[in-house]
Amino acid sequence: MDIEALKETARQLRLDVLEMTTRAGSGHPSSCWSAVEVLTALYFGGILRFRPEEPWWPERDRFVLSKGHAAPLLYAVLARAGYFPMEELNRLRDIDSPVQGHPIQRGMPGVEATTGSLGQGLSIGIGHVLAGRLTGHSYNVYVLLGDGENEAGQIWEAAMSASHFKAGNLVAVLDYNKFQETGPIAREMALEPLADKWRSFGWRVSEVNGHDISQLLETLVLAGQMVAAAQPQIIIAHTIKGKGVSFVEQDFTFHGRALKPEQAQLAREELHGSG
Amino acid sequence: MDLGKKAGLKSCEKPLRNVFGDALLDLASSNPQVVVLDGDLGNSTKAETVRKAFPERFFNIGIAESNLVGIGAGMAACGLYPFIVSFSSFLLCNAYDQIRLSVAMSDINATIVGSHGGITLGKDGPTQMGIEDFALVGGLPTFTILVPSDPSMMHAMVKAAPEIQGPVFLRSSRVAMPYIYPEDDCPFTPGKANVVREGGDLTIIACGMMVAAGLDAAAELAGEGIEARVLDLHTLRPMDAETIAAAARETGALVCAEEHLLQGGMGSNVARVAAEHHPVPVRFVGLDDVYVESGDPWDLLKKYHLTAADIAEAGRAAVAAKQEGS
Repeated sequence: MDIEALKETARQLRLDVLEMTTRAGSGHPSSCWSAVEVLTALYFGGILRFRPEEPWWPERDRFVLSKGHAAPLLYAVLARAGYFPMEELNRLRDIDSPVQGHPIQRGMPGVEATTGSLGQGLSIGIGHVLAGRLTGHSYNVYVLLGDGENEAGQIWEAAMSASHFKAGNLVAVLDYNKFQETGPIAREMALEPLADKWRSFGWRVSEVNGHDISQLLETLVLAGQMVAAAQPQIIIAHTIKGKGVSFVEQDFTFHGRALKPEQAQLAREELHGSG
Repeated sequence: MDLGKKAGLKSCEKPLRNVFGDALLDLASSNPQVVVLDGDLGNSTKAETVRKAFPERFFNIGIAESNLVGIGAGMAACGLYPFIVSFSSFLLCNAYDQIRLSVAMSDINATIVGSHGGITLGKDGPTQMGIEDFALVGGLPTFTILVPSDPSMMHAMVKAAPEIQGPVFLRSSRVAMPYIYPEDDCPFTPGKANVVREGGDLTIIACGMMVAAGLDAAAELAGEGIEARVLDLHTLRPMDAETIAAAARETGALVCAEEHLLQGGMGSNVARVAAEHHPVPVRFVGLDDVYVESGDPWDLLKKYHLTAADIAEAGRAAVAAKQEGS
């Protein structure tokens, strides 16, 4: 795998998100940027099996974006993967556009679930796992969780049932950027010891640097090999909120807003310079 | 219990929930795409019939309605046809947001069965009763809302549900309801109300068990020279505006009867349709802004004014209002 090429893809995706949200004048760019390497590894690192020309191919691996506010990143990834033209990205959040502020199930090719009210994606992933057993398709189901979502009861309902149903082909990736809308997670609602919580629910837990593509790929490949162990898996990806744009990094006040034009220009220069 | 007696309806020993269990098993036997998701109440809702016959297609998700709905939605996205079954109150109130996003907004093909609808579950009391279900699911676009009025209709609805585009809500009940329709020949077209009694002086529009009560009321009123038409409004959405408007135009007075809160229920939506197409006097039988209590179902119906006598009384009032207005 050409790691340098993947890094370049990641840089492009950050720019896509910047341009999309700046043009729209709203969105959650910093929540997208923390997850860029995770999605890059999944879609462009040879982990997910998919057919852009046949988006609902029954054998496809599933990707459910549970943290729906990272929709711009998902759209950018799907466009770059060939699901739809890049020009569609310029319609983010516009009226009469399928590129909705948060994902709508099948609203765009490749969008598996309606999300945006947090805590719901993992359950949907389990539904895909159980359905696959009946339909005879062998695919893996990947769910990207936000960290704040771990505060929602439904996540733990899903965690309990995934292990009850021995969902070994369910792989959650937790974008642990340590911030939620109104502040640092540790201050607003302590999640730790988070890995222990997931372990105690019967999950196989690994922790990685969520911006290290090589490490992510290694862990995801291993997860693919562990499917037969019939134990749901979670990869806790330690990430930096706003990663890639220095003045946005770790600043939770950027959570739910686009950059102002002058900020966007600075970000653009920084992201172009990092190529 | 004398529901349907005045109207000469044939009684049915089997509670409607058992009829649902039978119908679901019939469907699962003929349609391998059908899966059943239970919120640990399969023995109460009778969805357990499928657990025994087809264990591989039955999933008890436990006491976790949000997860239950999400898993069902995921299965629907894979081309299976889920019946997501629990008490109406628990499903809609615990998992409303999940139903909103993953079922309604996603416009999936699935049926949510809200069992133990209304107050006739009786002794378990108001915490278990589903008296807000029409209003709650009515607040979600894309849903087709079905309320069976007799055992034959329950069979017809369960059979038809997978053919309906988009999500379906089906109310089930703990009590037995008499036969309004022949056992194996129930006229059911989603969205097309059934005229179950002809009459020109008044129209009683009802759903669920109140259809039988409405027929009893019509029999009572006939003795007084009032001929009431009775509509089985088995589909609350899409609502059959044409048949409601015709009833308003041709009979000039309406009574709406439902085992549900008046607020946001069937009657308020019928009134909206009537007001737009052909305004006439309307009277309402239902629960008026109240939570009821534990008790024998038939005692509760009497105390909270959901009987044939209450419908007849409302009918007299509607006819009187019509005559005053003319």
